[in-house]
Amino acid sequence: MTELTPVIEMQHITKKFGSFAANDDINLKVQQGEIHALLGENGAGKSTLMNILTGLLQPTSGNILINGQPVTVDSPTKANQLGIGMVHQHFMLVDAFTVTENIVLGSEITRGLSLDTKTAVKRIQALSDQYGLAVDPTAKIADISVGQQQRVEILKTLYRGADILIFDEPTAVLTPQEIEELITIMHNLAKEGKSIILITHKLDEIKAAADTVTVIRAGKSIDAFPVAGVSSQQLADLMVGREVSFKTEKQSAQPKETVLKLDNLTVKDARGVAAVKDLSLEVKSGEIVGIAGIDGNGQTELVQAITGLTPVQSGQVMLNQKDMTNKSPRKIIESGVGHIPEDRLRFGMQTHMTLVENMMLQTYYQAPISHYGVINPEAEDKMANRLSQKFDVRASGIHIVAGSMSGGNQQKAVIARELDRDNDLIIAAQPTRGLDVGAIEYIHQCLIDQRDAGKAVLVVSFELDEILNLSDRIAVINNGKIVGIVDAQSTNKQELGLLMTGMNLDEVKATLNEPTEVNTL
Amino acid sequence: MNSTMKQTSFSVAAFSVIFGLLVGALIMLVFGYNPISGYIALMSSAVGSMQNIGGVLTQMTPLILTALGFTVASSAGFFNIGLSGQALAGWVGAVWYALSFPNLPAYVMIPSALILGTVLGGIAGAIPGWLRAQFGASEVIVTIMMNYILLYTGNNILQNVMAHGIKESAQTTKQIGANATLQMPWLTQLTQGSSVSAGIVLALVMIVVIWFVMKKTTLGFEIRAVGLNPDSARYAGMPSKRTAVVAMAISGGLAGLAGTIEGLGNYQYFFTQNSSPSIGFDGMAVALLGNGSYLGVLAAAILFSVLKIGGLGMPMSTGVPFELVDIVIASIIFFVGANYLIRIIQKRIHEMDAKAEVTAEHKKQQKSGGQ
Ligand SMILES: Nc1ncnc2c1ncn2[C@@H]1O[C@H](COP(=O)(O)OP(=O)(O)OP(=O)(O)O)[C@@H](O)[C@H]1O
Ligand SMILES: [Mg+2]
Repeated sequence: MTELTPVIEMQHITKKFGSFAANDDINLKVQQGEIHALLGENGAGKSTLMNILTGLLQPTSGNILINGQPVTVDSPTKANQLGIGMVHQHFMLVDAFTVTENIVLGSEITRGLSLDTKTAVKRIQALSDQYGLAVDPTAKIADISVGQQQRVEILKTLYRGADILIFDEPTAVLTPQEIEELITIMHNLAKEGKSIILITHKLDEIKAAADTVTVIRAGKSIDAFPVAGVSSQQLADLMVGREVSFKTEKQSAQPKETVLKLDNLTVKDARGVAAVKDLSLEVKSGEIVGIAGIDGNGQTELVQAITGLTPVQSGQVMLNQKDMTNKSPRKIIESGVGHIPEDRLRFGMQTHMTLVENMMLQTYYQAPISHYGVINPEAEDKMANRLSQKFDVRASGIHIVAGSMSGGNQQKAVIARELDRDNDLIIAAQPTRGLDVGAIEYIHQCLIDQRDAGKAVLVVSFELDEILNLSDRIAVINNGKIVGIVDAQSTNKQELGLLMTGMNLDEVKATLNEPTEVNTL
Repeated sequence: MNSTMKQTSFSVAAFSVIFGLLVGALIMLVFGYNPISGYIALMSSAVGSMQNIGGVLTQMTPLILTALGFTVASSAGFFNIGLSGQALAGWVGAVWYALSFPNLPAYVMIPSALILGTVLGGIAGAIPGWLRAQFGASEVIVTIMMNYILLYTGNNILQNVMAHGIKESAQTTKQIGANATLQMPWLTQLTQGSSVSAGIVLALVMIVVIWFVMKKTTLGFEIRAVGLNPDSARYAGMPSKRTAVVAMAISGGLAGLAGTIEGLGNYQYFFTQNSSPSIGFDGMAVALLGNGSYLGVLAAAILFSVLKIGGLGMPMSTGVPFELVDIVIASIIFFVGANYLIRIIQKRIHEMDAKAEVTAEHKKQQKSGGQ
């Protein structure tokens, strides 16, 4: 086979932060029209490598070639000119702007001095129709769901007409159906001659989407090979450097007394529209209840209402038989609630503060971290070291600014903090978003251990595999209501999928009992 | 990364000073004065006599305190323009109190007057803090308005409320008694009659105290968290509203203390003010030049005071008129302010750039993260 000139060739890329090498002699070759996956554990250096390609970081050493020509990518603008566009892992959208404004930001169409919004809206509408990325171009970013924000990010790169598209964990927030659609989009883009670099921790997505994969471990490129003929298990083992298991072993649940009881809860969203409607649910100690549903069906508001971040309009939140409705977040935390929030950058952490400070975010005012309002630096360091070790949070030091940690390690830090407090109820919203398979295995085990230690666990996830793997009971939410509660042992993806669209249990049973119709689907 | 950030903010500060001095030199040249001998005269006059050194220390004292106040407020995400009015509240209150109780022994009078002035400033700071926390009212507008309210209230108290017995004239109070003064005879003597007082020691102590509060206590942790990411602070159960009010109260309290020291240390009385005391605004400039660093605040306060006091000596030895000295100082402040603006604009552009095109999380770090 003759070697074609790769569209992108990164040679011997090394990037050091101080003495720590986030990239250590990495090689990457991407051909035109190829979907090239980057696979590696949390903190392996994937985002760093892509930041170098997009001009946000300068390599300590190494070369970049575009179509065989050596180039210096010294700014995002330069990367843009070279046709490199990136869909980021952490969304970089201006909250107060509309979808359209965010997309055109920096490449505005102007008529005289004023913005030609109409043309922009039309172009965006056309793109979103073409690629099936449904989003209201006139909505404000602050008012749309995380899932929709993701679509805006993708639209933004498409709007700029990049030839090389980089997707850094694009599917973490999409529904299974949206993921399939995205993969179709990526195949179409590749067919049109665009090249795609895809970073994802989901091996089946790599299997479904990518042609080639490069494995990165601890900052080094280990291997690059065609995806066809490699199993997910092989990929996982290569990435982690040991054997991983996908299904977490667990005994059957031993539910005891009710810890969380929601009675006819109604909660409004930011726009004042009821997002949770008359919802009732119980979580017992020693069980994991999973909430399955499509993004934007009231999950966010439900979790925020339980944790005191959003006011409850009517109904009751009972914790251990005590009324906690509309109590302050601190009261709720102190009464034994751990919360892994879905939006870790906005709620879960202080990105400008250090890892240490993030580890003590809720416990800073208690002994042993502080006495009489004075923080004990040894105690806080000790706690941060202990948590980092116990939960395998990898960072170049505990005094590193949390925002510079890799996405997966930030998530692990939040989880460590929330599971370490001795809580009765753990609420985990998208707990493994952005984590590699090894870390997911570990976090799932942690949540199951919490359950076995007699805690009540409420898991909210868009990923059915996660819900099915973890839960004892599954409550399906649609349009702010629980449409059905099923036993995790006896249900399946098909049944859940139908419930998630808003059918009730009887309708689902009826649909599933018409074998001909199901088979032809 | 933190150390490079410190380096850049240091170089930004150094550049503003150098540019300011260059503009000043240019202006002196334009008006036919020799800038080199002008600046030599400035320096030698600032440190040339014990009296002038005393003057520099006197000048520094309130600037350190108001700059600390500004720094605390901005850590909590507030832009406190009301330092000036808050200082005035402390000044009027402390002098009035001192004159009303001439027979209290010094060991009762001095601490209680200091506390009173601080508390008054603190209340004046807490009000805009509370208004924003509760109703979202912009603290910038509220503090500007309160500067006027406090200015005229102060003058009104002096002119219409204070007992005649404690006034010298309609426009000035009597001198405070020996039981309330912060000046110390040996210090006055050493500095050849300058009005330097124990206030400078208090100001230096407050640098350490505020550094400690902000970096080592749970309150400081809350203030920084609320300022950096209020959502995450709320999520963590921090009392966000209370923290914001407390931060503004501390900020105003420091300004109030600055005013108190002006009253009990520097001037020893209160007189009708034509405008809000400049220590509030100069303190902002000092804080901006110090850029959130506590040692930076000290260095900037020294620089400002040397310029001001040294400037007084320039006309005598070189003939440079005092107005030109003010221009030099003003251009330094201008460049500090401009740099602040430039940084904000750069940050905005950078964010737009980043948000519009591509970015990485650690770049976001660099915004406002200066500590
Ligand atoms: N600005 C920085 N300063 C110091 N260390 C950094 C900086 N940026 C990244 N790192 C470190 O480099 C390592 C690689 O981070 P990177 O974000 O590239 O990982 P990743 O492979 O994308 O991981 P994830 O899958 O969790 O997103 C991490 O240990 C991170 O803490
Ligand atoms: Mg990453």
